[in-house]
Amino acid sequence: MSLRRDPLGPLDREAVRQGADVPTRVHVPGDGDGISGELFHHEVHRFADGSRVPGWREGHDPGKDAAEVPDPAQVAVPEDLRAEIEDYMSRYPDPRSAAIPALAAAQRLHGWCSPDAIEQVACVMRLTPGYLTAVAGFYDMLETRPVGRKTVYVCTNISCSLRGGDELLAALKGQLADDPDVNIRGFECLGACDIAPMCSVDGVYVGPVDDAEIPVLAEQIAAGADPLPLKQLVRRRVADTAANSDGVEVEAIEAGTIGPVLHTDGPATGGNDIPGAAR
Amino acid sequence: MTHKLLFHDIDEPGLNTIEVYKRRGGYQQAEKALAMARDSIVKEIEVSGLRGRGGAGFPTGKKASFIPQGKMDKYLVCNADESEPGTFKDRELMQKSPHTLIEGMIIAAYAVGANKAFIFIRGEYVQQAEILEAAVQEAKDAGYIGPNVLGRGIDLDLWVHRGAGAYICGEETGLLDALEGRRGNPRLKPPFPANQGLYQGPTLLNNVETLAAIPHILAVGPEAYAAMGVEASSGTKLISVSGNVQRPGNYEIELGMTGREIIYGLAGGPDPGRDVFFWFPGGSSSPVLTKDDLDLPYDYNSLAGAKTMLGSGAIIVVDDSNSVVDVAVKTASFYKHESCGKCTPCREGTNWTTKMLKRIQSGEATPMDLDVIESVCDQIMGNCLCVLGDAMAMPVASMVQKFRPQFEQHIETARAANEARLLAELDAAAPVLEGIGH
Ligand SMILES: Cc1cc2nc3c(=O)[nH]c(=O)nc-3n(C[C@H](O)[C@H](O)[C@H](O)COP(=O)(O)O)c2cc1C
Ligand code: SF4
Ligand code: FES
Repeated sequence: MSLRRDPLGPLDREAVRQGADVPTRVHVPGDGDGISGELFHHEVHRFADGSRVPGWREGHDPGKDAAEVPDPAQVAVPEDLRAEIEDYMSRYPDPRSAAIPALAAAQRLHGWCSPDAIEQVACVMRLTPGYLTAVAGFYDMLETRPVGRKTVYVCTNISCSLRGGDELLAALKGQLADDPDVNIRGFECLGACDIAPMCSVDGVYVGPVDDAEIPVLAEQIAAGADPLPLKQLVRRRVADTAANSDGVEVEAIEAGTIGPVLHTDGPATGGNDIPGAAR
Repeated sequence: MTHKLLFHDIDEPGLNTIEVYKRRGGYQQAEKALAMARDSIVKEIEVSGLRGRGGAGFPTGKKASFIPQGKMDKYLVCNADESEPGTFKDRELMQKSPHTLIEGMIIAAYAVGANKAFIFIRGEYVQQAEILEAAVQEAKDAGYIGPNVLGRGIDLDLWVHRGAGAYICGEETGLLDALEGRRGNPRLKPPFPANQGLYQGPTLLNNVETLAAIPHILAVGPEAYAAMGVEASSGTKLISVSGNVQRPGNYEIELGMTGREIIYGLAGGPDPGRDVFFWFPGGSSSPVLTKDDLDLPYDYNSLAGAKTMLGSGAIIVVDDSNSVVDVAVKTASFYKHESCGKCTPCREGTNWTTKMLKRIQSGEATPMDLDVIESVCDQIMGNCLCVLGDAMAMPVASMVQKFRPQFEQHIETARAANEARLLAELDAAAPVLEGIGH
């Protein structure tokens, strides 16, 4: 019984490699159905191109030359996108510097860095699609696979996980998993650990998200509504209560800002002026 | 009481507009500076004792003095990538007082003779980038940026450049590559950016907070600034406190306060009934300190003396309801994800350390794995192109060293739990196994 093998089948292994979660029920000896001999005779999986090595399946044709800089006469680039990219290119001594903003602009239009999106950027910037694909692959915010257009990043880094960031991600995923328009993913520290647990909904930072607020937030995300308006980061005052002089503090409160996060129910030193706004 | 410079009346409504900023005396220092000799500005910054607020703590005036003189294309780049876990001070500054940063950049650009400047802001900060872009446009319209700034025959161009999500673009040379439109892989140093940086030209690269401090230094005078704080850690510093504290957020302090005054006095300490277990004094890259170190003065040299660092000034407090193993896994996984992959010790070391820590977490490890982790960390340190590898190795090694009993105990309890589960599964499968003749 001491046969050593990957607890995941090759298909599952490939799925995990592509970013799927590890299946909860991996194959353990004694798992009943697995004992029937499958454990001992398992066929080596081969991909369509005959290779046993994953990762080279898509578009792999060793006989083909790498794509060249697209011919402007062959590629239709939407006028707005072209103008935006050319504007970026004009800002730098070397127009190549516009690569990241240009890819981001194409992603806003196409939803992800699709082959079409890459080709259009390549055409305007006079770079090869391969170069831009390599750049896009480096950055977390540039999507190299089709995803939903509403982007939700839930922070699962240290400070947020100490305050329930992982649970927030799981709960939101549970509610939004079936929505093809929503691209929800765990993210590294988003630079808002003061409002942990938090998430970014299409660039709008909200937090701290209480458990009771999660269903509301999920609905707002699905509907494209303003997420938890009373918990948005841009409205918060600084935590350092000695920073603002009294007059400014009053002016700020009148302008509708929210006190710093408090993690207890105790008396609010400078916080909690909008009912229910901060803990 | 601590002087408030950067955060003074930071929540004043409309401070992000040039109108309110100017009403409060904004841009006067830029006007004053443009009438001064370039090297006397650098001198004033040197006298102030300002040290880089981005992480390394290098004296800012000295860095500026490395920029070669003479007529050539020179650049100023502001590092607003702010991705070090636990750090969120630049965000508050840029969002609420963007003109302070812009004014600091105008002065710095003039001081080193740069006429092209960029603010590299992390792509996740969408709202902050929009505020900053609007502020830059206002400054352009008012003649503080553009050709012939304030009629003094100096040209300055400034753009906000948004990144797209990669921690390594906070490392100065990785940032430069990203700004040149490439994958953000760090470069071999030397040459340092001061000699060959952006587009191979001399480049001054500073953190948001560093640049934003410059107008304040000119306003209060370099000697008064140097008198704040303690020796070798002058001025005020923004610190971000997060994790298990009751009042997480940004505070402006004079360096030299104790950790206890910050964590308990300002941030309210852990929730009632909880105690500090350990804390990161300078972002997740800094070796951790325990509750016995709470009375250490919080300044560059005292922290260095305790074999850790002030880093970006981000304090993450972990209370005693948490397991050090979980925090170690989170820390290592972050660096594993963010390693750019250019050098082997970092790419493989962060990956294997994460795997080993996960094995410990799930109860598949032996205490020997702790020794292996320590030796892997040891082999990463000092052997990489940039310090991202060290940034994982230092905190992880410090956790293993300081909390070895807790790690060993977790290994044992998790292993015993696994064994019990496997035995139960084997028992359940026994009839099937017998049936097929085992
Ligand atoms: C992996 C890594 C990440 C870094 N991230 C940042 C960052 O997000 N923001 C920052 O200002 N400095 C960051 N730094 C420090 C910069 O390399 C650089 O030292 C700093 O921006 C210089 O500015 P200063 O002298 O004003 O501190 C990072 C360094 C490393 C090695
Ligand atoms: S140390 Fe790591 S992040 Fe830095 S250059 Fe090497 S591989 Fe890249
Ligand atoms: S840890 Fe979540 S925002 Fe920093």
